[in-house]
Amino acid sequence: MELKLITANLGKINPSSIDDYLAHGGYRALQRVCDATETVSFTHDLKAAGLVGRGGAAFSTGLKREMAIRAEPTHPYPAPEWIPERYRYSSSFVVCNADESEPGTFKDRLLLEGDPFCIIEAMTITAFLACATVGFIYLRGEYPLAYERLTHALRVARERGYLGKRILRDDFAFDIEIRRGAGAYICGEETALFESIEGKRGEPRAKPPFPTDKGLFQRPTIINNVETFANIPFITLEGAQAYRRYGTKQSPGTRIVCVSGAAQKPGAYEIEMGTPLRYVIEELAGGLKPERTLQAILIGGAAGVFLKPDEIDVPLAFESLDAIGATFGSGAIVVLDDTAKMWGVLLRLARFFRNESCGKCLPCQIGTQRQLEILERMTQGRSRKLEQTDISPEELRLLRDTGAVMRDASLCGLGQTASNAILSAFDKKLIL
Amino acid sequence: MLRHPKKKHRQYLYQGDPLAAPPPPELETILERHRGRDDALITVLEEIQNHYGYLPQRQLQYTARELGLPLSRVYGVATFYNLFHFTAPGRYMVRVCRGTACHVNGSRQIIHALKDKLAINEDESTPDGLFSLQTVACMGACSLAPVLVVNDNTYGRMSPESAVDEMEKLKRENAILDAEVRA
Ligand SMILES: Cc1cc2nc3c(=O)[nH]c(=O)nc-3n(C[C@H](O)[C@H](O)[C@H](O)COP(=O)(O)O)c2cc1C
Ligand code: SF4
Ligand code: FES
Repeated sequence: MELKLITANLGKINPSSIDDYLAHGGYRALQRVCDATETVSFTHDLKAAGLVGRGGAAFSTGLKREMAIRAEPTHPYPAPEWIPERYRYSSSFVVCNADESEPGTFKDRLLLEGDPFCIIEAMTITAFLACATVGFIYLRGEYPLAYERLTHALRVARERGYLGKRILRDDFAFDIEIRRGAGAYICGEETALFESIEGKRGEPRAKPPFPTDKGLFQRPTIINNVETFANIPFITLEGAQAYRRYGTKQSPGTRIVCVSGAAQKPGAYEIEMGTPLRYVIEELAGGLKPERTLQAILIGGAAGVFLKPDEIDVPLAFESLDAIGATFGSGAIVVLDDTAKMWGVLLRLARFFRNESCGKCLPCQIGTQRQLEILERMTQGRSRKLEQTDISPEELRLLRDTGAVMRDASLCGLGQTASNAILSAFDKKLIL
Repeated sequence: MLRHPKKKHRQYLYQGDPLAAPPPPELETILERHRGRDDALITVLEEIQNHYGYLPQRQLQYTARELGLPLSRVYGVATFYNLFHFTAPGRYMVRVCRGTACHVNGSRQIIHALKDKLAINEDESTPDGLFSLQTVACMGACSLAPVLVVNDNTYGRMSPESAVDEMEKLKRENAILDAEVRA
């Protein structure tokens, strides 16, 4: 079912007016946290609510926060020289990952453009609980409107005392900086994002140490996706029980799915976890255009997997998607009807990974190139009748080998998932 | 000894440190705000590009020196991110989305139509300096697929014909602007 939990304010409030936000219950959650006598319960609550990251990795948000709060301070004070002076005194950082560049995903943009104060409030709550004094929003460079609205929102929040020194109480200071990405998909990966904020090439770091121990400027860092943050004010205010009323047992809450491709009414819809994919495509997105049939569905973005038309009844929740070998990923659902050329789509995906691989580790740097070459060889000279090609078994084995090496040996998620979608198309016989 | 008759040897003579002079004032104002902060490198490069339209070599050398970074670090960063270019782009930066959603809605035909219309390839500019063509992986406007972005304006639900029409419109718009400037 469609259920507006975190998108309730979108389109209803004026995104540049803090008064409007306050009138719709804004900053009540922060007030509650700042007034509380003990704060451990909020993190326990978040853990109990079962919220997991919406950025792709689906890691428990409560656990992440707890780990960051518990992390040992990495540097003795005074902090080392190489940390820029204004960040030197923050014992940890809160980062919002708004570098949304997964093809087919646009939910973060809508949230930031429609309800910027909600994200700012959520970051402030997190900062209070984790004792951070500096936060970053790493915003994708290609989102000028979101940048404008966020800059304005930050300024207004500062003027009204919701950011800066003495936020709602005397001993709490916090401020947020926006950093704009410079056009690199890999900077969405959390450690690459830190490198980028530090002014370096956005190449992922080896993990561990995890960001909760050594993240930005080697300090404990809580990094979450925009949508993850958007859930936090509700959970803080209403508690875990209320949150668990929605969704399924293992995946509570809601999820924003971005439907695009051959649907009649493409767009972003907030659904309760467990809603069948069929309902999303046929009811919310208005189904296919007349006289077209469904060929495949790409779920989870470029790193996701293809679903066959007969898998359309799967409930959209982490556990049920896992069970059929799919992932929720970034929430992107690309619908392919019978006019789409599968080979062309696969070539696009392979080219995307070839272009976006940062080149730091060999399996992915070489593997993504070989993967594209193998696919190009398979399709060579058959541009007219691509759907009926015979694939030579050797080529297919080579493709699978390449995929396996990338999955097992790559440093970061990009390489590890670069072959998922392509191999799933072969496995499910979508291109024979 | 064989010498190329036209080769100007003077050109290769050492003429002193080209960076001996202080940075030009416009660069100075950009660098002033960030001196000594190597985490600001990307911001500095962005500001330089906003000012000059691209990243001139000399300016990068100044940046390295003034921020106290090796030149390799500056170039390493500048070449890593897609946003930065090293030659002047056209007045209209035309970017065609080639993401999955746009692809299945026909962005391939659009890029072909634009290549024909402008007679350039991807990552090239027209000789009159008006248009540059680029492809991107997704613009985050997939519900409007296929998407075309010119500078910061997004055009949704394009077709090859309407994309070509937009180019015509921009050309006319530019001619009007030019006429106004001259007047
Ligand atoms: C190649 C790659 C790209 C990613 N891109 C994004 C992104 O654009 N936005 C995002 O929120 N997370 C992205 N992630 C996931 C982040 O690494 C990280 O898991 C996430 O920001 C954690 O937030 P969460 O716990 O709220 O999901 C990406 C991961 C990988 C491996
Ligand atoms: S897997 Fe790919 S993107 Fe990730 S670090 Fe290695 S080369 Fe870079
Ligand atoms: S795929 Fe083109 S805008 Fe997302």
